[in-house]
Amino acid sequence: MNNKEDAGLKLKENVEEEAAISGLPGISEPAKTAREELRYRFKLSIKNLNAWFGKKKALQDVSLDIIENSVTAFIGPSGCGKTTLIRCLNRMHEMTPGASASGKVIMDGMDIYNEKIDPVTIKRRIGMVFQKPNPFPTMSIYDNVAAGLKLNGIKDKKLIDYIVRESLEGAVLWDEVKDELAKPGMGLSGGQQQRLCIARALAMQPEILLMDEPTSALDPIASSKIEELVYNLKRDLTVVIVTHNMQQAARVSDYTAFMYLGELIEFGETKQIFENPRKELTERYISGKFG
Amino acid sequence: MQQAKIDKITLIRELQKTMERKSSRKRKIDKLVTVLAIAGVCLAIIPLGSILFEVIKNGASAISIEFLIERPGALASGKGGIAPAIQGTLITVGLGSIIAAPIGVLAGIYLSEFAGTGPFPHAVRFFNDVLTGLPSIVLGIVGYIVVVLSLGSFSVWAGAFALSIIMIPIVVRVTEESLKVVPNSIREAGYSLGISKWKITIFITLKSALSGVLTGIVLGISRIAGETAPLIMTILGTSLFFTSFNEPVDALPLRIWRLASQPYESAHSQGWGAALILILIVMSFSIALRLLAMRRGYKVSSVM
Repeated sequence: MNNKEDAGLKLKENVEEEAAISGLPGISEPAKTAREELRYRFKLSIKNLNAWFGKKKALQDVSLDIIENSVTAFIGPSGCGKTTLIRCLNRMHEMTPGASASGKVIMDGMDIYNEKIDPVTIKRRIGMVFQKPNPFPTMSIYDNVAAGLKLNGIKDKKLIDYIVRESLEGAVLWDEVKDELAKPGMGLSGGQQQRLCIARALAMQPEILLMDEPTSALDPIASSKIEELVYNLKRDLTVVIVTHNMQQAARVSDYTAFMYLGELIEFGETKQIFENPRKELTERYISGKFG
Repeated sequence: MQQAKIDKITLIRELQKTMERKSSRKRKIDKLVTVLAIAGVCLAIIPLGSILFEVIKNGASAISIEFLIERPGALASGKGGIAPAIQGTLITVGLGSIIAAPIGVLAGIYLSEFAGTGPFPHAVRFFNDVLTGLPSIVLGIVGYIVVVLSLGSFSVWAGAFALSIIMIPIVVRVTEESLKVVPNSIREAGYSLGISKWKITIFITLKSALSGVLTGIVLGISRIAGETAPLIMTILGTSLFFTSFNEPVDALPLRIWRLASQPYESAHSQGWGAALILILIVMSFSIALRLLAMRRGYKVSSVM
């Protein structure tokens, strides 16, 4: 996405197409120039999403739009549903026994909750990084990154080599591991393992990367490396990050959604949320009065 | 305020004193438990060690090249060897485990990864446990009725059939348990890459649990290699070499039993020798598998 001008033309077409397919209003705010439209292209539109664990409701009618090539952060106190929400975005939520979800999540005009859509293929386009680093225990560093490609039927060795290197570079891990690609992934430090997991997700060339508290198990230095990385990733893809660390949300994200008790309380530009929240609840959470 | 502070200090001192007293008692209990644990280990090792010692002492003298490569001679002569029994054990146990290992592993995969909760998997688990506890002679009779009577002859097939039924529940149980230990986050990582469930199960989950699964298979093979009762009713035993899968064949446990029930000293000595060979075969198999696994980077826990 180096040439913004070119991309802009293409994107504008997409927006119209998308609106036609899904009946979305596209850009609803009035009087936007084409250039502004570009800034506001929605990658994911969440519509009336509800989620349950058994009979317990975990998400209450959440609707929000995630803007392409941006970082969106979900914040809120423990148990507010931010992790459930992010896990609904690649249909990972329903893998938990007893869990279910209803509503729409529209990616590029396509509802990923449509019955005709295979949840497996969705996950190839929407990558995920988890709270605790979880590299595949029996695999080398190289195989960890290549696993997604190999197990999805890619056999071209040269292509895999290329993508492994590119992904490790994308996750800022290449320089640290380039001489020990055959060593087990579990031998790396926690921060390196998490970056390996990011590389593993990037290797699938996802359009969206979901990160569920990716730094909560890491020390501050390893965390800041991941934050830097997240900031750079948005040039090529759309990032959604769950964090319980408000400073982190303020540092890395462009947009912030504040959630409380399964409901979306407020969503807006990060700057606005942190400096000038509209809702009292948000203000109280941001200023540390509860949470 | 002042009063409260002093109170708190005395309170803390009091608490510390009590805990100090308690902890000296705890240290004594710690020591006692350690001693008991070591004593338990010793008690468990003594019979094992004495059996090994006895077998080596009595059996080593019987072993010679002739003993390993020849057919049994006349019973009282002390001549001849146990080659047909070695051959028969390798063939019958080999065939039995070739049947049992894949079935057991697949059933274990089903129970751990696909079954979920419900009456059917619950029943499978229950009957699997019952099968583990069945006396092996019963399985011998089953082998006799199902295979021997229908094929019309004692045979390797019948023996392998009976042995595999003994081995399957062991492999099922251990496979299920070792797959369940694989953290769910590993499976989720696989799902998040858009990999299909069966590929995750085989190439990621099973691979992560491979050391446990191999341990289960080794455990099963060691168990069936020593079985005698089901073999009497299925392969019968003979002093001839293996000719066909439809004919009776000899096996080491059978040969040991036959030699031991003779009144002759020389036969007893050969029996000890055969027992030693059986132990060595099982042991070397277990070690070989572990070395192989270690070379590929897996850990196999000890079963011998």
